Amino acid sequence: MAVDAEAQFHVLAVDDSLMDRKLIERLLKTSSFQVTTVDSGSKALEVLGLKEDQTSTSALSPEHNEIEVNLVITDYCMPGMTGYDLLKKIKESSSLKDIPVVIMSSENVPSRINRCLEEGAEEFFLKPVQLSDMRRLRPHILKGKYKEQQLHQEENSNTNHIIVGSSNNNTMSNKRKAMDEEVLSERTRLRFSSSSLNVI
Amino acid sequence: MESSDLQRRYIDFTSTLFREGFLDSQYTQLQQLQDESNPEFVTEVVTLFFQDSEKLQDDLTRTLDQEVVDFKKVAAHVHQLKGSSASIGAQRVKNVCMAFRICCEEMNREGCLGCLQQARQEYFLVKSKLETVFRLEQQIVAGGGSIPTMW
Repeated sequence: MAVDAEAQFHVLAVDDSLMDRKLIERLLKTSSFQVTTVDSGSKALEVLGLKEDQTSTSALSPEHNEIEVNLVITDYCMPGMTGYDLLKKIKESSSLKDIPVVIMSSENVPSRINRCLEEGAEEFFLKPVQLSDMRRLRPHILKGKYKEQQLHQEENSNTNHIIVGSSNNNTMSNKRKAMDEEVLSERTRLRFSSSSLNVI
Repeated sequence: MESSDLQRRYIDFTSTLFREGFLDSQYTQLQQLQDESNPEFVTEVVTLFFQDSEKLQDDLTRTLDQEVVDFKKVAAHVHQLKGSSASIGAQRVKNVCMAFRICCEEMNREGCLGCLQQARQEYFLVKSKLETVFRLEQQIVAGGGSIPTMW
């Protein structure tokens, strides 16, 4: 697999409204994310490969057809499987539970927000989602990747075993950038984020 | 030069739209997301808004026309209309939806019908204004000029 100059993260966006899918796609692409959009929770699970118990960290296995998803952003109100249902399914899956999930909703309902955060959502965005909200995504992805790395470092003594498909240098500079961003967002008012930002 | 005349008209017209509350900062956000790689982004999203809204208005008319009105259904349609209008910055339409929502909660059919009529009015107003904006943009570009950025 070709090494990119800067690791591009892949976001799966779930929304039943075509208009909102178009918007979130543009917001994400403008913020340098790779994007896949689907219109339902069940399609999202298909993309995530939940049918079989596959790990999603298969960046080093090019023979796998599945795409690695680094973050899921989903609308709350959807017919059939709601965003909350999707969140639950992801967090209950051994292979997917570490993928950060962000919920979007046009309604500011505290009980709903708390429910999602308690179930493991990283953040809750009020719609219409803004470009500035996109900046909050990278820290969550990098937090997860760092956790992954730690786990693998414990398993292997070889510390060069990095999961992300990019060069070591750039991973470190991305992390540094993310930590700057984390520090910045700590200063600004955090919206509905349950986790405290752990600076390593 | 004609182009600068058009540009002036464009600036005046769009400023008024913002001042009179037809559009809010969310529309500006859409404009900021448009670039050379996505030159039609705003018109595409707004077109989706037109399609969504007209369908929702039809759904609302039908739902309110029933002998026994299902207010939960009405509220669901209103919720969608509110969401779409908020997404493109159609502020007046969004505001009517907020009042509409209350009439649903009160199961007030007459109130709902009044809100629907208002929503329709505001929708057609903003639609015609946005179509004027797009027309002006096309004329400016056709005349070799560039569309002034409003932020």
